[in-house]
Amino acid sequence: MKLVPQHFAPLARGLHWAMAVMLLAMLFIGAGMVASVSERHVWLLNVHKPLGIALLALAVVRLCVRLGTRQPPLPADLPMPQALAAKCSHGLLYALMLILPVLGWAMVSAAGDPVTLAPGVQLPALLAANAGTFALLRKTHGYLAYLLFLTVLLHLAAALYHGLIRRDGVLRSMASGR
Amino acid sequence: MTEPLPAPALILRLALIALPVVVLAAGLAYVHGLFDPGRLTPALFVDTLQANNGVYAGYRRNHAKGVCVTGWFDSNGQLQGVSRAALFAPGRTPVVGRFALPSGNPYAPDSSVPIRSFALRFTQADGQQWRTGMNSMPVFAVGTPQAFFAMLKAGSPDPATGKPNPDTLKAFFASHPETAGFLAWVKTAHPSASYATERYDGLNAFYVVDTGGKRAAVRWRVTPLGQQAQASQGEGSDYLAQDLEQRLAVGPLRWRLEVAFAAPADPTDDASKAWPAERRTVVAGTVVLNKALAQNEGPCRDINYDPLVLPDGIQASADPLLPARSAAYADSYLRRTREVGALHAHPEARP
Ligand code: HEM
Ligand code: HEM
Repeated sequence: MKLVPQHFAPLARGLHWAMAVMLLAMLFIGAGMVASVSERHVWLLNVHKPLGIALLALAVVRLCVRLGTRQPPLPADLPMPQALAAKCSHGLLYALMLILPVLGWAMVSAAGDPVTLAPGVQLPALLAANAGTFALLRKTHGYLAYLLFLTVLLHLAAALYHGLIRRDGVLRSMASGR
Repeated sequence: MTEPLPAPALILRLALIALPVVVLAAGLAYVHGLFDPGRLTPALFVDTLQANNGVYAGYRRNHAKGVCVTGWFDSNGQLQGVSRAALFAPGRTPVVGRFALPSGNPYAPDSSVPIRSFALRFTQADGQQWRTGMNSMPVFAVGTPQAFFAMLKAGSPDPATGKPNPDTLKAFFASHPETAGFLAWVKTAHPSASYATERYDGLNAFYVVDTGGKRAAVRWRVTPLGQQAQASQGEGSDYLAQDLEQRLAVGPLRWRLEVAFAAPADPTDDASKAWPAERRTVVAGTVVLNKALAQNEGPCRDINYDPLVLPDGIQASADPLLPARSAAYADSYLRRTREVGALHAHPEARP
């Protein structure tokens, strides 16, 4: 009989924590750069784009890892609504992680701007230039980014709730293990 | 589930859960400017431009009245030793440009201001772009975004009269001595009868970068090549676009692209200070325009002439106006691209 895993696979845990830090950084960079007219605006935007594309690559790898490894099950005694909320919020996190950088890339393309990651390093346009499309994508990029932020906060609170109140091993399954 | 926690421990742990959530949320609100409403933001710039000029759906919030032009840049290769940008190698690069008046009102009469502007987008074969916006004056009025904002505020309509208060503007100029160069120029300047006869200055400093990574500080401008001023300006208040059409019907219009190199002591972070005219200047080639198109349907409409869209081989200087322009143009661009539908509904109809 195969043992039910108690922990996430090491690669899954590594990706989880690295991306958690990078995504939070991206949210702070994004929110900060649109509220600045100083040198910081440019500096942050020049980090935002390559880091966002790096996160897209990591999100794809992470999805593969998720589909290719076994996850520890949620505690059997977890009330049904909580279990459902966990599943839905995880789904939302994956979706936003993949969609946001694609939106960023697509909206820069729709503005007719070169998708520049570093001087002389440029990605192809995802879409043809179109003003209406740009405006829609740019607004969506903002709204979904702040939705991601709210979901991350909820996720964080839930993880700590498992670790500090329920003490049911859910937090440990992502924090440690072989 | 493990044993229930005693009440004090439970409260402490709930507080421990809330703490990082609150800290992160407050941190994001902080970087977004929620706790300092006075912070100079792109939105505050554009709100102020709108307060001064009115809101005209679909139009640029500054430099609103203009016309699209297309053509090409013929590089003579003179600059390729100091800039590795592909467009400076000998050859031809297509351009999409826009002439405009500086006001945020798309119905401003052409004679209302002595300043005209010229924006250009060069698209290299490798997809990299160079965008630049230039004005027909030798210096900018101010050197910092803070001073520019103060100038906009000083020009805001007085709630009592609905018009800018001349005394407020006077007080602004008196308290900003860096505007002297600009004011001296304004005294001698007249609204030109044509876009074609103007010289347009990039004003902000940049670096050109060679293949070895060596940088040199520059400012660029375009100077008209052989375009004759006519005896008098055209009829009405929209004579500039007509003049452009008439000239292009006869043949293409040309400007020389001139790049001036800074001496070590020249300011590269202050667009209100001109560099001496005798600075070494390299002619990089010729900008040739052969077509004009109304801006509401033309190819320049959806271009954000963000001065920080630069090809490899040109870099921004530390001029603080550059990031402020880039940020404010993005905000203006988002507002107007959401409204492009309004432009089709009332093509150039007067309000
Ligand atoms: C995980 C990925 C990403 C996250 C979490 C993220 C987050 C954000 C946030 C929070 C904002 C500010 C929104 C607002 O307040 O309106 C923003 C703006 C922006 N993002 Fe992203 N972003 C991501 C990926 C990307 C990518 C890949 C690109 C482009 C290649 C990009 C380009 C931009 C641009 C151009 C802006 C607007 C800048 C301006 O208007 O001045 N983003 N992003
Ligand atoms: C902090 C200072 C400045 C602010 C806040 C500012 C603001 C703006 C805004 C909001 C627009 C409309 C952008 C759009 O919707 O596409 C604009 C257009 C323009 N600005 Fe500025 N500007 C500043 C300084 C300058 C300087 C120093 C120059 C000259 C070198 C300049 C030249 C232009 C030109 C040529 C355009 C018209 C571009 C076009 O035809 O599309 N601006 N400006």
